[in-house]
Amino acid sequence: MNYITIFNNQTIPVSSIPEVDYNTLLETNINLVSGKSERHCVNYYGYNIGNKIKLICCIADDNTHEIFVSSSKVQQNEKLNSFTAKLLCFEKFEREIHENFGIGYHDHPWLKPVRYSHNRFDKSKQIANYPFYSIDSDELHEVGVGPIHAGIIEPGHFRFICNGEQILHLEIQLGFQHRGIEDLFIHKKNILQRATIAENIAGDTVVGHTTAFSHVWESLCGYKTKSDVEFGRTIALELERIAVHTGDISAVCTDIAYQLGSSVFGRLRTPIINYFQEWGGNRLGKGLIRPGRNQFSFNKLLGERLKEVLDKFEPDFTEMNEELFSLPSALSRFERTGVVSFEDVSSIGAVGMAARMSGLNRDVRLSHPYGLYSELNHEPIIKHHGDVYSRVQIRKHEVWQSIKHIRNLLNNIPEEISTDTELNKPKQDSFTISLVEGWRGEICHCAITDSSGDLLHYKVKDPSFHNWLALALAVRNNEISDFPVCNKSFNLSYCGHDL
Amino acid sequence: MLNNVKILYHQGKQFIPDVTTVNVPGIFRGRPIISPEKVDENKLAEICPTSAINKNPVSIDLGKCTFCGECARVFSNKISFTKDYKLSANKRENLIIKEGVDKPIELNSELIRKEIHKMFGGSLKLRQISAAGDNSCEAELNAAGNVNFDMGRFGIEFVASPRHADGIVITGPISENMAEPVQICYDATPSPKIIILAGTDAISGGIFSDSRAINRSFLEKYPIDLYVPGNPVHPLTFINGVLSLIAKRKGN
Ligand code: SF4
Repeated sequence: MNYITIFNNQTIPVSSIPEVDYNTLLETNINLVSGKSERHCVNYYGYNIGNKIKLICCIADDNTHEIFVSSSKVQQNEKLNSFTAKLLCFEKFEREIHENFGIGYHDHPWLKPVRYSHNRFDKSKQIANYPFYSIDSDELHEVGVGPIHAGIIEPGHFRFICNGEQILHLEIQLGFQHRGIEDLFIHKKNILQRATIAENIAGDTVVGHTTAFSHVWESLCGYKTKSDVEFGRTIALELERIAVHTGDISAVCTDIAYQLGSSVFGRLRTPIINYFQEWGGNRLGKGLIRPGRNQFSFNKLLGERLKEVLDKFEPDFTEMNEELFSLPSALSRFERTGVVSFEDVSSIGAVGMAARMSGLNRDVRLSHPYGLYSELNHEPIIKHHGDVYSRVQIRKHEVWQSIKHIRNLLNNIPEEISTDTELNKPKQDSFTISLVEGWRGEICHCAITDSSGDLLHYKVKDPSFHNWLALALAVRNNEISDFPVCNKSFNLSYCGHDL
Repeated sequence: MLNNVKILYHQGKQFIPDVTTVNVPGIFRGRPIISPEKVDENKLAEICPTSAINKNPVSIDLGKCTFCGECARVFSNKISFTKDYKLSANKRENLIIKEGVDKPIELNSELIRKEIHKMFGGSLKLRQISAAGDNSCEAELNAAGNVNFDMGRFGIEFVASPRHADGIVITGPISENMAEPVQICYDATPSPKIIILAGTDAISGGIFSDSRAINRSFLEKYPIDLYVPGNPVHPLTFINGVLSLIAKRKGN
């Protein structure tokens, strides 16, 4: 076999991952994914071993819950055949490998920079001299926005090529938020420091990323996570989804100048994040989840409060949605705006909401379950039009669904158990992969330990890593005035991407 | 129309009448109190992920603290967090809470430039720069303007361009890649202008303070008018901090 088959949150010896020559790696993985929409690449990355680079590729099968892991060692100055030439979904992974290690490709269509990471191979590549795509024409004009945007939001630079109002092409330059996250995971030795880094990856996905990190760590330490801890995490994950989706519907209303919707959804987000504060002292869930424990365990009293909060939230949320989706002026801005087809989301390997909006059933809660999801009979919400309308609809239905999941969970609140757990040292020379369905989609953390059980390499992938390209495709041939509503309906992460 | 009225009615009253005295519900980790109790100080200091705790006597630097609450969990007799959300200071040292001290953190009025109240007391427009922030402080600064906190009622607002602004609010540790945009944005803001650092990452770099991917040299060049601690900053902390910065003072 050219690969090893594992499952979500499983730890295996690094040596058990088959190491094949590069061309076999290429063929194996292309064969695994080609023509199968239920399979996609969840991570493909490299790290230094001596003066060589070890590549690790992880392909997930959404039907069988399996993850296929394979590897290969290559030289820095080697020029390789690219995966991308065969399948587009690998384009960004290979650009990253090229940026970090200088590995060249014969047939990669465009090796432009990903994030100008601190440890990039070619320091002459600066964020100020980004090679934007340009068209030479008297008919067309370019519009540049950012890095600092007009609202209170993270930085990125968007370059549009337009024909009058019509967008022909959008290029998204990221990397401004690069903080050296993956490096810090290695250099900070203390577990609390690492958990703090995890919760600072993306402030709107604190629970998602901290849960992924905790799962990696617990698995590395051979610790079986207690079900009451998973109970709290599952509730927190669904609450995070409710809060962000609601806030995002508010933002979409703002962008179509619908003041009532904007205010009402904005204020509806508040009781949910305030509940996080009641539970753990932080509105975004920071300080709540730690490897081996949750800082504040969930109990009956919290359950009663949560029921109250949801009982008040739900009718107001439903009422506002009924109004919003009956407004012709709103619908005319949503429908057929920012469409991405099923073929396109499949070929770029979109995940989460950005996949489900176009009929691609991709949801880690179902395909690679963790926590308490296998008990919840979770069925992903799927839409088919791939437009703003589908994205807003998905958010609405996912909020209702999350409320249902939470209510189900609240019927069986586990008795409190001790929150103090001493974890063993992580296993030596091991590899772990953890997938979590954050509200944006699939979060993937991978860790590798060395011969003394310390972290040798840590890899984080936010769903935005895949999905930014979906936004660029969505706005093609749309009016530039529709860009904000397209953008907000995705609400992708800059910091989660830039790392 | 009737539907709209119904929806409005169902929202009830949302705004907080007095943002300077309201009680935060539930758990809130605000200004800490450090008791004189003897503990293993080395162990206590070691716990802290961002080295915010100093030894003999024990103190906590709120400019470094991520408010994770770990110190109070393990050494509950030594450290407790109050619900006091007024955490801002205009002197960096005043963010350091010392053992046995339980009094509010206040701005040092001598350090507040005279023109601040005169120019911005009635209206203050701010340009926010997310300099590698994780979007949590950004979300909370947005929330400061929502229907609950309604910061706009004090004439304090975020604007879309530095050219319209009276000052900048920086969040995040300032990545290498944002160093230049921060400078450009500051330069584009007309004088007199103020600088506010919002959140632990902006004030000290937080957990990123020793990352090689950040560049904080901008902060060495200019005086900082206000430090607002938090991870992320709570909207009440931010509003109260700014209000005390622009408030009228005796002798002004
Ligand atoms: S609450 Fe602050 S001082 Fe205490 S451990 Fe956390 S970061 Fe350190």
